[in-house]
Amino acid sequence: MKLGFSDMEEAFRRECASWFEDQMSGEFADIRGIANLVDKPERRKAWERRLAEHRYSCIGWPIAWGGRDATLNEQVIFAEEYARAGAPNRLNHMGVELLGPTLLALGSSEQKARFLPAIAEGTAIWCQGYSEPGAGSDLAAIRTRARRDDGEWVIEGQKIWTSLAQFADMIFVLARTEDGTSGREGLSFLLVDLDQPGIEIRPIRQINGEAEFNEVFFDGARCPVENMVGAEGEGWTVSTTLLSFERGISTLGQQMQFRNELDAVIAAARRNGKTADPVFRQRLAEAEIGLRLMRYGALRMLADGKGGALAGAALTYKIQWASWRRALGELAMDVLGQEGEIAPADAEGWPLLTNLYLYSRADTIYGGTNQIQRNLIAERGLGLPREPRGNA
Amino acid sequence: MAFALDEQQQMIAETASAFFAENAASERTRAAMAHGIDRDLWRAYCRELGFGGLMVPEDLGGAGLGHVELAVVAEEAGRTLAAIPLLGHAMATAALLASEDRAAIAMHLPAMMAGDRVVAAGERGGEGMLVPHGSQCDLLLLLGEDGADLIDAGAATVEPMKSLDETRPLARVHASAGDPLPGGTEPCEAARAAGVLCLAAEALGGAQEALDRTIAFAKEREQFGRAVGSFQAYKHRLADRAVEIEQARSAVWWAACALDEGHETGALALHAAKSFCADTYLRVAGDMIQLHGGIGFTWEHDAHLFFKRARAIANMLGDGPHHRERVARIMLDEAA
Repeated sequence: MKLGFSDMEEAFRRECASWFEDQMSGEFADIRGIANLVDKPERRKAWERRLAEHRYSCIGWPIAWGGRDATLNEQVIFAEEYARAGAPNRLNHMGVELLGPTLLALGSSEQKARFLPAIAEGTAIWCQGYSEPGAGSDLAAIRTRARRDDGEWVIEGQKIWTSLAQFADMIFVLARTEDGTSGREGLSFLLVDLDQPGIEIRPIRQINGEAEFNEVFFDGARCPVENMVGAEGEGWTVSTTLLSFERGISTLGQQMQFRNELDAVIAAARRNGKTADPVFRQRLAEAEIGLRLMRYGALRMLADGKGGALAGAALTYKIQWASWRRALGELAMDVLGQEGEIAPADAEGWPLLTNLYLYSRADTIYGGTNQIQRNLIAERGLGLPREPRGNA
Repeated sequence: MAFALDEQQQMIAETASAFFAENAASERTRAAMAHGIDRDLWRAYCRELGFGGLMVPEDLGGAGLGHVELAVVAEEAGRTLAAIPLLGHAMATAALLASEDRAAIAMHLPAMMAGDRVVAAGERGGEGMLVPHGSQCDLLLLLGEDGADLIDAGAATVEPMKSLDETRPLARVHASAGDPLPGGTEPCEAARAAGVLCLAAEALGGAQEALDRTIAFAKEREQFGRAVGSFQAYKHRLADRAVEIEQARSAVWWAACALDEGHETGALALHAAKSFCADTYLRVAGDMIQLHGGIGFTWEHDAHLFFKRARAIANMLGDGPHHRERVARIMLDEAA
């Protein structure tokens, strides 16, 4: 068992760190440290393209598809240095981390040739069309339908909570392609161009006042039949393959962002004397311990390797980080007191820690609520009997 | 970097697991509770298993292994609540080696490694210290602020106490200064590090076992016509405990690795591991009683043994608030 990285890996770390520092203190200084996902979308698209020019847009992909064939450790290092430098959250996270690996695993050679280069080059931004008004935690209750018409799929229905759809070029959609089916049967996985008359995108305003997610309406939207990934009716399997990539390397980078947030809480506590208060000292220590254990948990998860079989650490990771961050938001507000409730009258958004307090309420909901996570942990991890379910 | 047990470490874990499962089942532990220790089991651990010199260098006749291996073994011992003096042994071994005192090493280590000389460790301070296995040991390792000293158990006043954890009972010990180990505070620090890691790993093992047994019960026991483990109120509580145990495992591995590699986070890791693992064990053992219902409150059921061991671990070598305060000092860059 080992904690440290090799000399070669540390050299790669320095290479990454110095390039990110150059970019973030130079041409892209204006988007350094942006805490949300919606500010300056055009600049962030430019940043995606800059990453691509340096072959930094998808380093874990094969060299043939614009990646670097980076090892797991190199990807961890890259994600850490990316976040440490304050580079903004990836606008094309879903293309690079989710759809790309799914196409590499399950896509046809035509699909790879058609869609992967634009993701690698940072010219096609993707979003994810899963949740619906009636299909949240019970995702398989999807009602959006697609029917074949003259070599195309024609799509009717509605998706919701679609993050970044307003900036995206493409969406991957889970739709029901077989009449009379329900649940996981009869779903197909389709790749759809957002720029067409049959699609309408309406942003939804969140509790922090920003609009990161959207409703996406499909009213006769179309895509070619060859845009289906996997077999017809096998969309559920494709989507679960995709979800297994979600707990990937990017979690280590996410932790660097958490580190920055905890450091901001510590700085605030120092400013107003809370670091002398034994109660706050205990809470700060708990936050520090939680963050460190997240790191070593993630390293264990990566050492386990095989994405398919959910080992203990992988299965528990989502609820762990989401709960930690929500508690950090509460600690931040307790540290700040009333100062945390205010911002200058002309401010556009909220200061970092106030925004953290609000935004972290979403962490325990999206990507599987804490309650769903507990069911998964208990049923898949601990082998407890399933809750009796209705007729789905 | 691979943050996982390597093949040899995996083998040690399996060997230890099989050994304790075979030799430290509930009946045997309960029988040992009359004496507060299972000396036969300890000798078998030291000699047959050959783990008496786990962390002792090979040129001194040991296995030359590190803290990761100690943690792996302590986790397995903690699973079965084996009534063995592993804690004092690990602490005294670390102190002796750190002292580099050849005479003391030659005098004590061979007998310790053979399982013939049992060591108990205590922390000086106040009127008479409470020492786990204090009335079962042959030798006392006493930790003070300036250093550590070894004293023959016969030379101290030892008062056995009725103790919550009968697998590692406390004794009140009065002792004047014994033979101080050279090396200043280093033997003390090495002993505390080994002790804290040992307790954290024991807590991890105990928590895992308490969870596993409760899960087994939850699958079998039926009420309202279905297994109680199918109810969300029940399974969500077990899921929360499982999340904590995964973190506890990360904490133990981090601390063990950091000690072996001399990593800069070593002190932080130990404080984190002790507080987190002890808290986890307390919660899991408490839930074990609650989720078993009435049977969990009986003497006959083992739940109380886990519950009591968890409490004892929480109080030993610094409680949760103490270790979190140390974490606060480190993270806020304050002088220790």
